[in-house]
Amino acid sequence: MGVVSAKEVQQTAWLARLQLQDAQLHRLAAQLDEILQYVQQLQRVPTDRVEPTSHVLPLSNIMRQDQVQPSVPPEDVLNVAPARHGQLFKVPKIVDI
Amino acid sequence: MEYEPVIGLEVHVQLATDSKLFCGCPTKFGAPPNSQVCPVCLGLPGVLPVLNQRAFEWGIKVALAFDCQPAKVMKFDRKQYFYPDLPKNFQISQYDQPLSHAGHLDIVVDGVSKRIGITRIHMEEDAGKLLHDPQEPFSYVDFNRSGIPLLEIVSEPDLRSPDEAYEYLLELKAILRYLDVSTCNMEEGSLRCDANISLRPVGSAELGEKVEIKNMNSFKAVKAALEFEITRQTQQLQAGTPIVQETRLWNAKSQITESMRTKEGASDYRYFPEPDLVPFVIEPPVVNRVAKELPELPAQRRKRLAEVHGLSAYDAHVLTQHRRLAELFEQVVERYRNPKAVANWMMGELLGYLNAHDTEPDDVTVQPDWLIHLLECIDRGTISGKMAKELFVESIEQQVDPLQIIESRNLRQIVDDGVLDRLADEVLARFPQSVQDYRGGKVNALMFLVGKCMEESKGRANPKQITEILRRKISSHGEQHP
Amino acid sequence: MPSTRPCELTIHELRPLIEKGDLDPRELLGDLLAQIEQLNPTLHAYIAIEPKRLHAMLEDRLRRGPRGRLLGIPITVKDNLCVKGEETACASRILTAFRPPYTATAIERLIQEGALIVPRANMDEFAFGSSTETSHFGITKNPWEPARVPGGSSGGSACAVASDLAVAALGTDTGGSIRQPAAFCGVVGLKPTYGRVSRYGLIAFASSLDAIGPITKDVTDCALLLSIIAGRDERDSTSAPVEVPDYVASLEASVKGRRFGVPKEYFVEGGIEPEVKDAVEHAAQVLERLGMRRVAINLPHTTYAIATYYIVATAEASSNLARYDGVQYGYRATNGSGLRAQGSGQAHSPQPTAQSDLIEMYMRTRAEGLGAEAKRRIILGTYVLSRGYYEAYYLKGLKVRTLIKQDFDEAFGQCDVIVCPTSPTAAFRIGEKLDNPLQMYLSDIFTISANLAGIPALSMPCGFTKGGLPIGLQLFAAPFEEARLLQVAYAYEQATEWHQRQPAISSKQ
Repeated sequence: MGVVSAKEVQQTAWLARLQLQDAQLHRLAAQLDEILQYVQQLQRVPTDRVEPTSHVLPLSNIMRQDQVQPSVPPEDVLNVAPARHGQLFKVPKIVDI
Repeated sequence: MEYEPVIGLEVHVQLATDSKLFCGCPTKFGAPPNSQVCPVCLGLPGVLPVLNQRAFEWGIKVALAFDCQPAKVMKFDRKQYFYPDLPKNFQISQYDQPLSHAGHLDIVVDGVSKRIGITRIHMEEDAGKLLHDPQEPFSYVDFNRSGIPLLEIVSEPDLRSPDEAYEYLLELKAILRYLDVSTCNMEEGSLRCDANISLRPVGSAELGEKVEIKNMNSFKAVKAALEFEITRQTQQLQAGTPIVQETRLWNAKSQITESMRTKEGASDYRYFPEPDLVPFVIEPPVVNRVAKELPELPAQRRKRLAEVHGLSAYDAHVLTQHRRLAELFEQVVERYRNPKAVANWMMGELLGYLNAHDTEPDDVTVQPDWLIHLLECIDRGTISGKMAKELFVESIEQQVDPLQIIESRNLRQIVDDGVLDRLADEVLARFPQSVQDYRGGKVNALMFLVGKCMEESKGRANPKQITEILRRKISSHGEQHP
Repeated sequence: MPSTRPCELTIHELRPLIEKGDLDPRELLGDLLAQIEQLNPTLHAYIAIEPKRLHAMLEDRLRRGPRGRLLGIPITVKDNLCVKGEETACASRILTAFRPPYTATAIERLIQEGALIVPRANMDEFAFGSSTETSHFGITKNPWEPARVPGGSSGGSACAVASDLAVAALGTDTGGSIRQPAAFCGVVGLKPTYGRVSRYGLIAFASSLDAIGPITKDVTDCALLLSIIAGRDERDSTSAPVEVPDYVASLEASVKGRRFGVPKEYFVEGGIEPEVKDAVEHAAQVLERLGMRRVAINLPHTTYAIATYYIVATAEASSNLARYDGVQYGYRATNGSGLRAQGSGQAHSPQPTAQSDLIEMYMRTRAEGLGAEAKRRIILGTYVLSRGYYEAYYLKGLKVRTLIKQDFDEAFGQCDVIVCPTSPTAAFRIGEKLDNPLQMYLSDIFTISANLAGIPALSMPCGFTKGGLPIGLQLFAAPFEEARLLQVAYAYEQATEWHQRQPAISSKQ
């Protein structure tokens, strides 16, 4: 039986702000289902006393001095913007504050 | 059915470090849009965050000030959601291993002390600012604010009234200002507050449905919003309608809360450990050092001032609300041994000035000497109390010792009987009608004549003396009247 | 030696010629560009190439410096490594025309040594892939057999080095993306220890797995480039504060008596092509003849590596790619408000609600800007992080990762390097695995564990199939033991001639 449904894939796509057409959605759902079925095998691995590894290096406390460094000139940044309004980036409006 | 409110506050505080949390951009308020940005705080592809050491230490400092034990190890996590003011579409924040857990803050309401729990304090980066075009269907983004260090301080739902919430905020701000880690300015956005409020029947231990309130721009607004919510929720509950768990926005213009357009379900932030930042071990030697360097905090100072200088709890509270005020007080009483007089003067004149000009104690320089000199002059009768008040204001505005003003403008009070005598004669000669009126029983006529003397002498005549002289002269020339 | 064209030489052969004045770097560049002009239309190793610009930059470099060990030598870089002012697009539509205002640290270090950077080596979009078939800008072909893939995701870099379209190159490796294309193209590829080389300027795929590394014609060049790019960078919090040894100077150290481990899990019947198995077995025998001792070792959690990787890597990728939304740079889909080009007119459809406009912009920008594999991985990664699934998938994956790492820690207690194949097969045909993502993922089985454990790993040619396709030998070492890795690789290379063979397409006839 399937691990993931087309509906769940659609909901997940929404979380990632990806728009999927129906045909895409079903093909993708089938592929993802196959992959997720494959990864189920991890459930067989006993990990009760195992710590998760988020970082492979035993590094800690890497910090920098609180010093101002030169910023990028605003023009360099705004020049490549898809849409701008003077010195601001321009996007379609959002309703909630 | 009587209901009691259960309130919790979430405060976001911007740390006033020189540079941002993960990059070297400046953090100054009010810079031209997108002028304090770099690839890191813009979240450009390929860049990486590096933690600001001062922000790290200040975080520990704040935790200690609220009696929180900092975590042994803290780490950062990604909080994921899409929004134009969030350049990476995730915020680097802290989830399960924050800077610190359990602490508290003590408040005093109506003379009663109460301990408010603090659930946790964590560190995160601020987002940019979104501005909405009032007419066109567009919004605009300024990323100057993106990446500024924030501390989120979450209280336990221990507050039971809008007044308590207000006091909590005042005390929280006082402590943070004492630590000098933030400007705590709600107008500039360096301090922001969201509230959670639910109602439950008095005596019940269960919590009701909670409503989140956002968009309050001042402590007073927080109080007003909570008061409104209590009314709204009480009415609803009494009408039998259950409260919906939701987020509401405070509308300052109409002084009501309004429901936000419902979002689709609770957000799934998909927190996971930030792989670009390593964990941070908060070592005991570091904690001890920071603890030693903590300044005396408001509560301790209040206690000390009350004990050492005999101030009332109320006076001590007012004077310690701001570190600069407390410091000034202590510097003045060191050499002018009348704490009550100093307290009165500061609470009356100094705070009056600050309130009238909408200024913070930090933004004004008042040398202890000035206050000492003024009070001594009043004591000696060199100037009148009224004049002293005027001089005080001038002192501040000119940034000059009041003694200097007195000398340069020859403002010493006239106490010489001979001079006053001549002055009285002059005025009496000019206003014979008032003399008649006084003799006729109009007490006010004397005050009028005193006023004229003050005018003539440019306020320098000693009011007590001139009044006596005038009375003597008038009655000595005619019938005495009561 | 028969007259060799400059573009066929290695860095260490070119340096003395350039230093002595026997070869002008301009001639070298000219020859390289001629080779590119001739072969790139077929092989498509580069997304784009700008000869005039490169010549101008070379002039500038020769005139103003910096001067160093790489003066005038062109080094090719993959399209996910930022070069200031150059279009850096990760072979994706969504980063079209993105020109970063900064250069990756690793590349800056090459520039400090006088190198001329040749950008835009083709790759799988956002490094998602093992075949360089998902680039928005077209497929790269294997120079040994153009009907086959060069491997991926650094297929462009490997192809270029193999066919002398590059003197040497930088690639990136998250699950095998340097080593596997190096194996398929018959060149040397090294994934350094995680944190050995700064990731600043590498457009992230999976932050805890990504590594930048050299792809070269031989081991000496590899050691030289690693010496230059490695080292702590204060702009990268995960960059290790570990000394960088002189990898070149230590290449010739003796390997006699050193132990090499052979993991039985990498030689399972049916899990590897017979010719590949034979070639690696012969390589092991060469190592024994060189005086090394063979040890049988176990890496028991190997079988779980792919599942672990495709949970952890896609989770991080889904997050790293969230920023591509059309707000600040790159591609933005046109929508009802017509924002794509300023002042391009009013909406034609009935006025959508304001909120749907922004959401629509996000959705369509990402739908149109990202390819199928990118979407697949983003959705998979989002899924394994989402509420209700985090513990079962992501957290579980991180725990199994610990076990995989521990396997290697234990193994390196018994041997100095580990020897195995790079890939179960030689280069497969174009299109062969494209329709079945899981099959594509499974082909990464031998390379993936090294990324999960963070250890250094190298691939080098060790033979050819009957059909003339290169076969890759893979070596692992313990963290920060690249010197040891390179010594063994060098010894093997000196004892064999695989690295001297060239694909037919690149020779002069």
